[in-house]
Amino acid sequence: MSEPLLQVDGLDAFYGRAHILFDVSLEVRRGEVVALMGRNGAGKSTTLKAIMGLLPGRSGRVAFRGRDVSRLEPYQVSRAGLGYVPEDRRIFTDLTVEENLEVGRQPPRSGLAAWTVEKLLDLFPNLREARARSAGRMSGGEQQMLTVARTLMGNPRLVLLDEPSEGVAPVVVEQMARMIQELKGQGVSILLSEQNLHFAELVSDRAYVLEKGHIRYSGTLEDLVADEEVRRSYLSV
Amino acid sequence: MAGALLEVDRVSRSFGGVRAVRDVSFTLGAGELLALIGPNGAGKSTLFNMVNGQLRPDAGSIRLAGSELVGRKPREIWRLGVGRTFQIAATFSSMTVIENVQMALLSRAPRLYHLWRAAARLHREEAWALLEDVGVQGQADRPCSVLAYGDVKRVELAMALAHGPRLLLMDEPTAGMAPNERRELMALTRRLVGERGLSVLFTEHSMDVVFAYADRLVVLARGELIAQGDPQAIRRDARVQEVYFGSGKTFERARPAAAVGQEGAR
Amino acid sequence: MGLQSVLVQLLNGLAGASTLFLVAAGLSLIFGVTRIVNFAHGSLYMLGIYLSYSLVSRWGGSAAGFWGGITLAALAVGLLGAAIELVVLQRIYHAPVLFQLLATFALVLIFKDAALYVWGPEDLLGPRAPGLGGSVGLLGHRFPSYSLFLIAVGPAVLGLLWLLLKRSRFGTLVRAATEDREMVGALGVNEAWLFTAVFALGASIAGLGGALQLPVEPANLGLDFSAIGDAFVVVVVGGLGSIPGAYLAALLISEIKALCIGIGDVTLLGTTFSLSRLTLVVEFLVMAAVLVARPWGLLGRAQAPARNAAEIEPPLRPADPWLKRLGWSALLVLLIFPILGREYPYVQVLAVDMLVAALFAVSLHFVMGPGAMHSFGHAAYFGLGAYCAALGVKLLALPMGAAMLLAPVAAGLGALVFGWFCVRLSGVYLAMLTLAFAQIVWALAYQWDGLTGGSNGLVGVWPSPFFASKTAYYYLALVVCVVGVLLLRRLLFSPFGYALRAGRDSPLRADAIGIDVKRVQWAAFVVAGMMGGVAGALYVFSKGSISPEGLGVGRSIDGLVMVLLGGIQTLSGPLVGSVVYTWLQDTIARNTEYWRAMLGLIILALVVLFPQGIAGWVRQRIVPEEGT
Repeated sequence: MSEPLLQVDGLDAFYGRAHILFDVSLEVRRGEVVALMGRNGAGKSTTLKAIMGLLPGRSGRVAFRGRDVSRLEPYQVSRAGLGYVPEDRRIFTDLTVEENLEVGRQPPRSGLAAWTVEKLLDLFPNLREARARSAGRMSGGEQQMLTVARTLMGNPRLVLLDEPSEGVAPVVVEQMARMIQELKGQGVSILLSEQNLHFAELVSDRAYVLEKGHIRYSGTLEDLVADEEVRRSYLSV
Repeated sequence: MAGALLEVDRVSRSFGGVRAVRDVSFTLGAGELLALIGPNGAGKSTLFNMVNGQLRPDAGSIRLAGSELVGRKPREIWRLGVGRTFQIAATFSSMTVIENVQMALLSRAPRLYHLWRAAARLHREEAWALLEDVGVQGQADRPCSVLAYGDVKRVELAMALAHGPRLLLMDEPTAGMAPNERRELMALTRRLVGERGLSVLFTEHSMDVVFAYADRLVVLARGELIAQGDPQAIRRDARVQEVYFGSGKTFERARPAAAVGQEGAR
Repeated sequence: MGLQSVLVQLLNGLAGASTLFLVAAGLSLIFGVTRIVNFAHGSLYMLGIYLSYSLVSRWGGSAAGFWGGITLAALAVGLLGAAIELVVLQRIYHAPVLFQLLATFALVLIFKDAALYVWGPEDLLGPRAPGLGGSVGLLGHRFPSYSLFLIAVGPAVLGLLWLLLKRSRFGTLVRAATEDREMVGALGVNEAWLFTAVFALGASIAGLGGALQLPVEPANLGLDFSAIGDAFVVVVVGGLGSIPGAYLAALLISEIKALCIGIGDVTLLGTTFSLSRLTLVVEFLVMAAVLVARPWGLLGRAQAPARNAAEIEPPLRPADPWLKRLGWSALLVLLIFPILGREYPYVQVLAVDMLVAALFAVSLHFVMGPGAMHSFGHAAYFGLGAYCAALGVKLLALPMGAAMLLAPVAAGLGALVFGWFCVRLSGVYLAMLTLAFAQIVWALAYQWDGLTGGSNGLVGVWPSPFFASKTAYYYLALVVCVVGVLLLRRLLFSPFGYALRAGRDSPLRADAIGIDVKRVQWAAFVVAGMMGGVAGALYVFSKGSISPEGLGVGRSIDGLVMVLLGGIQTLSGPLVGSVVYTWLQDTIARNTEYWRAMLGLIILALVVLFPQGIAGWVRQRIVPEEGT
């Protein structure tokens, strides 16, 4: 419980010439669900992308299970056990649900029960009836489930979950919250970016608050909810 | 409703055998803000695109102040007094903020095939006034592509208002915005509705926006209209709770943290 | 001609379809995954046939030698494909689409000269295939056994590719990468390797297609262009990225061609017309017809906009003082230039070439840049202008001035007709349709001997006596070019120019504020066509002649290269590009036999060094960045 699973130190990121992240440091321990909060454009998604190696312009150290992954290609980061769920879903619409899962498949990891298609269809029952359907013909909520399931097929130790509650119906938001709790129960750690304090409150243990690319706050969710000053300054709720 | 501006009358549309919208009817009165809500894939976008002419209904009628919209092109519907904004704000990225609005005014004039005078000098005062209305006049001469997203949304609103529409269609106006930006944009919309006597039809997922700003709600699920009425009635509607709100925990605010813990253990 | 001969022609068509399919399949596969339109695909086909020639002639006529040589040639081309992907394409995946085209076009030039160096300019005919050299009796005709073999190859490759793509993990990954490469990488797949593998596979299929042609047609240096032209048509007709569509299209085109040859002369209303002469354009006619009826090809679907769209263009501002000064100084130099250059008459000839090129490139930029219609057939309007001006002099005995006025009228009319079809499409489909129309114009010029002088073209089209001297004509060209360029510039700042850019920036929003985007684009197409026609007229009087070569694919490509070299996002870009390119072409052509390869290497270097074009690069250094 003590050794951090993911440790980010002094992360800076750029889009072209624009400096987006400034000296971001954070950590996620084994079994934790951590929320990365902040307004639109605060740098939440950028942080997740930078950890994943999806941004060419970045510097700083990203250690995963003690190993420096900051110079690796995204596919190598993924193979090291970091799963990434993008905010805009990015499912493969021409492929069937099962084929989408196949793309995400990676060998099992030691000490972690391996996900199978069957297990995932149990976790997301909506996908079961659609398994042979092309993914592009599913509803937004089902696509949201599929994008998570696809990442889980890689048996990640830590999932980077970008804005799981954005742009879906409240009823799907609730399903996502239940899913996160279930994953946590199975020993998967999660770092999620979120704007919705109520959602974060429902699922996470700790939170970091980003503003304009700087980490402004870190602490437990209870403290964050109680701290009106921080909420008003950086979350605008 | 007497004096309805928009009448949607038993409208249906299928895609390859799948019935995306089934027999939907509702009306929108002058000066009213009507929210169209429902789960993803309920047919909101399809319905929306039928009102603005991008899709043609298989059956049914859509009338604006008594004149039929079905069968008209989006451009013709625009000319009849319908403006719209998009879920992902669509502006002209190679123009300045004020040129974006000038472009809309040039189209209204119509002056699109004028070949000689410099476009940047035409309709500048009127464009400026519109920018002032939405509060981005300070950025008039900056490239539209460098604006913050909330401001781009405002520019888009100014463009949609340029030809003095009677009806404004807004597709998820607050998508991708922070809570306070959402409130500001919707308050602005509310004010413009009052000042200009507009009606607004909008889709939205953010429930605090819907309940704070909509006069009435129409709820779609699987292509059918399952409920309509004022926010209070919709909030209590059992069917809407089942297909859309769920137990409502994620949008109701400020619940004690202890309750959250119990919920998590379930 | 009997039914049986028609049937035999249909069988010939089947064999032709296999060959067409092999070139097109790889192109379609590569485009589907990498979104790169590989201009060099025809070169890979050509290298396939050359390599198999060398291998088969070395290993003798045994069956093992022959088939071993064919196989090895295909594999070698696959390896070459992998090398191209690793060395060139990996650097430009994030570049705008047109730059990728430019880079692969540079490869075409390099490979052509490489083949010239290794195999020489002579046609090389390979041996017959051992065991398949004879023929079989079929419907009372002798039909070559090898053709029967070819008929089977197409469907066999189609089947194997289908199995690979639909039934293997590799295929699933490839299809996923087609949609979203980055996401595939984030899911733990080494997508760089996947891309290399797909490129190698596509290349080896093209190589195989070439190698299998060894007993049928001689290896020659023109195969790259003819193959890429055919392959583009097939891929576009079938639908970009659709392999079964490519086979269907290959079948359709090949059979229609075979029928045209088989039927031969037809007499209609008393005049005899030879259908076999149609073979030059029939594929383009088919393509135009298919694209009008099905804008995404037979089995294709609407293309999602590419994830790496071009960079956002800064707003148009009137020229800054420094640019104005630069413009005036340039004009001054151009005005006094003939006095300085009097001792070198050649320099004045080159200068007129540059002016013609500049007007041509600026008019092309008008549709490509602000209009976002990437025309691959702008030479059509150049050619229409040139031919009509020449005909005005030769046929109607008009003076030069009047004949020159005919040019924009004729070119504008052509653009009016072709543009009506073209603006209905977008992206690569639009590019290919413009190419098709240009080829139709070219074929007309080539085959209508009575009017156009056929392959010799029209000669003896000289300026009127007043402009007969090189210097006088130079000034005429200068005035026409400057006025034309300034007119187009003025248009861009007018409401019309704004509406055109609005339709490019966001067709959705333009439509929502009442702009008829297609109509605005159509009008722009006509304007650009007219100006291209003026450039053609200037050209014909400076050279004294015009032949079909003057309006071939080469000229359209030259125009593209000039616009992209200079930079598509700046108004001065096409001017800079046309001058630099014309000068480069001239200088290199005078100094080395292998000027194409040199040009190709220079273009490649420029693409890598100046991804925004030369003028764009300069602007980025000088003009401070606005905003955040």
